Amino acid sequence: MQAQTSPVLSLRGIVKTFPGVRALDGVQMDLYPGQVTALVGENGAGKSTIVKILTGIYQPDEGKIEVDGVETRFPTAQAAGQAGVTAIHQETVLFDELSVAENIFIGHAPRNRFGLIDRRAMRTRAREILRGIGADLNPGVKLRDLGIASKHLVAIARALSIDARVVIMDEPTAALSHKEIAELYELVEKLKAQGKAILFISHKFDEIFRIADRWTVFRDGQFVGEGLMAETNEADLVRMMVGRSVDQIYPKRPARIGKPALTVAGYCHPTEFDEISFTLHEGEILGFYGLVGAGRSEVMQSLFGITQPSKGACRMGGDVRVIRSTSQAVDAGIVYVPEDRGRQGTVKGLPIFQNVTLPSLDRTSRAGFLRMAEEFALAREYTRRLDLRAASLDQDVGLLSGGNQQKVVIAKWLATKPRVIILDEPTKGIDIGSKATVHDFMSELAAEGLAVIMVSSEIPEVLGMSDRVIVMREGRIAAEFEGDAMTPENLVRAAVGITGSENGAAA
Amino acid sequence: MNLLKSREAILALAILGLLALIASRFPGFVAPANLAAVFTDSSPLILLALGQMAVILTKCIDLSVAANLALCGMVAALMNGAGIPLPLILIAVIALGAALGAFNGMLVWTLGIPSIVVTLGTMTIYRGVIFLLTGGAWINAHQMSPAFKAFPRTVIAGLPVMAWIAIAIIAAVALLMMRTPLGRAFYAVGGNPHAAVYTGISVGRTQFAAFVLAGALAGLTGYLWVARYAVAYVDIAGGFELDVVAACVIGGIAIAGGAGTVAGCVMGALFLGIIKNALPVVGISPFWQMAISGAAILIAIAFNAQSQRAPGRIILKRAEHRT
Repeated sequence: MQAQTSPVLSLRGIVKTFPGVRALDGVQMDLYPGQVTALVGENGAGKSTIVKILTGIYQPDEGKIEVDGVETRFPTAQAAGQAGVTAIHQETVLFDELSVAENIFIGHAPRNRFGLIDRRAMRTRAREILRGIGADLNPGVKLRDLGIASKHLVAIARALSIDARVVIMDEPTAALSHKEIAELYELVEKLKAQGKAILFISHKFDEIFRIADRWTVFRDGQFVGEGLMAETNEADLVRMMVGRSVDQIYPKRPARIGKPALTVAGYCHPTEFDEISFTLHEGEILGFYGLVGAGRSEVMQSLFGITQPSKGACRMGGDVRVIRSTSQAVDAGIVYVPEDRGRQGTVKGLPIFQNVTLPSLDRTSRAGFLRMAEEFALAREYTRRLDLRAASLDQDVGLLSGGNQQKVVIAKWLATKPRVIILDEPTKGIDIGSKATVHDFMSELAAEGLAVIMVSSEIPEVLGMSDRVIVMREGRIAAEFEGDAMTPENLVRAAVGITGSENGAAA
Repeated sequence: MNLLKSREAILALAILGLLALIASRFPGFVAPANLAAVFTDSSPLILLALGQMAVILTKCIDLSVAANLALCGMVAALMNGAGIPLPLILIAVIALGAALGAFNGMLVWTLGIPSIVVTLGTMTIYRGVIFLLTGGAWINAHQMSPAFKAFPRTVIAGLPVMAWIAIAIIAAVALLMMRTPLGRAFYAVGGNPHAAVYTGISVGRTQFAAFVLAGALAGLTGYLWVARYAVAYVDIAGGFELDVVAACVIGGIAIAGGAGTVAGCVMGALFLGIIKNALPVVGISPFWQMAISGAAILIAIAFNAQSQRAPGRIILKRAEHRT
């Protein structure tokens, strides 16, 4: 390994904060020519933020970027491109209605002597570049007519056409088939041979060990370590990814697990998930862990009737049924507190009490007319239980903080007196104080005999609150853990798809 | 809420200011009898604006209301010509208007076509149907029965029936908006369609209901219009749909849906009604009338945009916070 070469691009002490969140806290990274560096980290470790900084979309608050040892800034995406940094995104940003050649050369098309775009030169060069990466594509075809894998190739060709020195691949294999992944690996080898520095972001350990030369681990926006792939193993990387101190006490009370409240049998969806089967008991908190995009929310949405499973059924109490609409779900006693509160949770412009009573209007109205007094009583009862901080229940819900909005959404669903409550990332993006309230309350609900499903990407939360954890990976249930088997290592292992369990019980 | 309340207060002040301005030139305008006449004259606009408000609240728009009005008015005149009694005619036009609205609503709901496209199409179709029914012929005052023409003008307790109908409908729509699950659904669907779906409210069905309401009110207004002006032909109330939308916008009904009140909507219609009635009296040319109406609409939109800016920033901060 030619570890002696100096890096093309170095990041030192990069800090990036968003209101309330320190997304990156003094991270560093080095990318070497002709080598693939894998960036590894959990959800929220700061991987996408660093990509955005490298491509000039975000500006770091502190720290420096060095190209060939010279300090530079990337004030715009163009500046990053000119410095030779290019990214191939998860969802490739290209133009569907333009041809392959136009996509490759947009922004830097070859000109003829009149200053007009030289279409012939553009096509010829596009064909050369595509041939160079082994892509058999017609440069005249519109991008719309290509598959995802071919679009990736076009994006890579574009990266090469601007003579990139640093190529960032952000989960490039997420949407590819096995054969296409193999082709991508070959391509990566070609790029390496051309001396490009590659930053490879992936959750899949088999990929990382297959193609990366170096690794860098981030955790919670901080740099944890870096080194050569040859000198590490999976267990070490997983340990570095999750090795945090659990600095929070979870108010989980031992609940009496009752009889099954919801049994899901063989739920399938053509594109999102497959063969999902599990049983949820009264008084139980069932955690759903997985990487972002593992299909957890999609499963929950189908249980709630927003999408319909193509196969499978669920049983609540005695009766087998398939939930076909959200109102059926609410009638059956299933409620869902969505992850995206702003989009899916609250109705801004309506006051708090009206948000709370929205799904319970049948109960608060008589003969088709709403009774305000009833509405207020219902809203007061549930917002008080959740310790909602608001000047008045008549206040516009949009003026509340994120944590308090979350409480309104939860209050709204509890007011329907459900038997099963699904909480999707219940504490994402809310402050510590509100988190504690939500956790407390979750525990209380379970103690009252409610069956709770908690979808969460935060390992401490999953481990701290759940009686049992189901781990999903790529639309399937990868593993289920209970009791002592619920360790950070086991969860991550199952989520990223490392097979074989080497003494997983050690925490 | 305070914001909305203050918006209505500002609109009320604007109306008073407008009246004061007119009174300074022409004191007779603000005599109670004349104001009652202005209100009566604005009644069709108020009725249609209330229906349009429901549609706009759900993030849609209904451009076919004036055509619906014209078709229902013509049908009312034809039924009267056939000797059908007035109560039956009233029921029939409301049902027909609701059906025409339902047609719009079905297209929006089941086919998911944007409402502006749907109603742009149906507005031409509805006018076309009038032509098919009559071959382009007019129905004039002498072809209508006296009872048919007299009903909206009959004075009860100092106000004509037409004004009483407007008052009753204002009250009914206010009740619907504030005190029924459907009214709440209008606001929820427009305010956040995603959240509404998660709550078990069907966005499409709610929009459908709004179109039916707008259609039924247009149908009723069709009869009132034809009876009051004692004439029915293909082009009555041509372009009136724009006045209706303008009344809603001036009244603070957010064009993006989910916000607005019945009081605001009624005042928006009255504001336009006063301008239309007063300017000729004050002696301003019709061209200026259009310019002044247009300016009022722009000012109202600018005002709405201004008051919506602050919450926008908060949302942005929160979105950043999440990433």
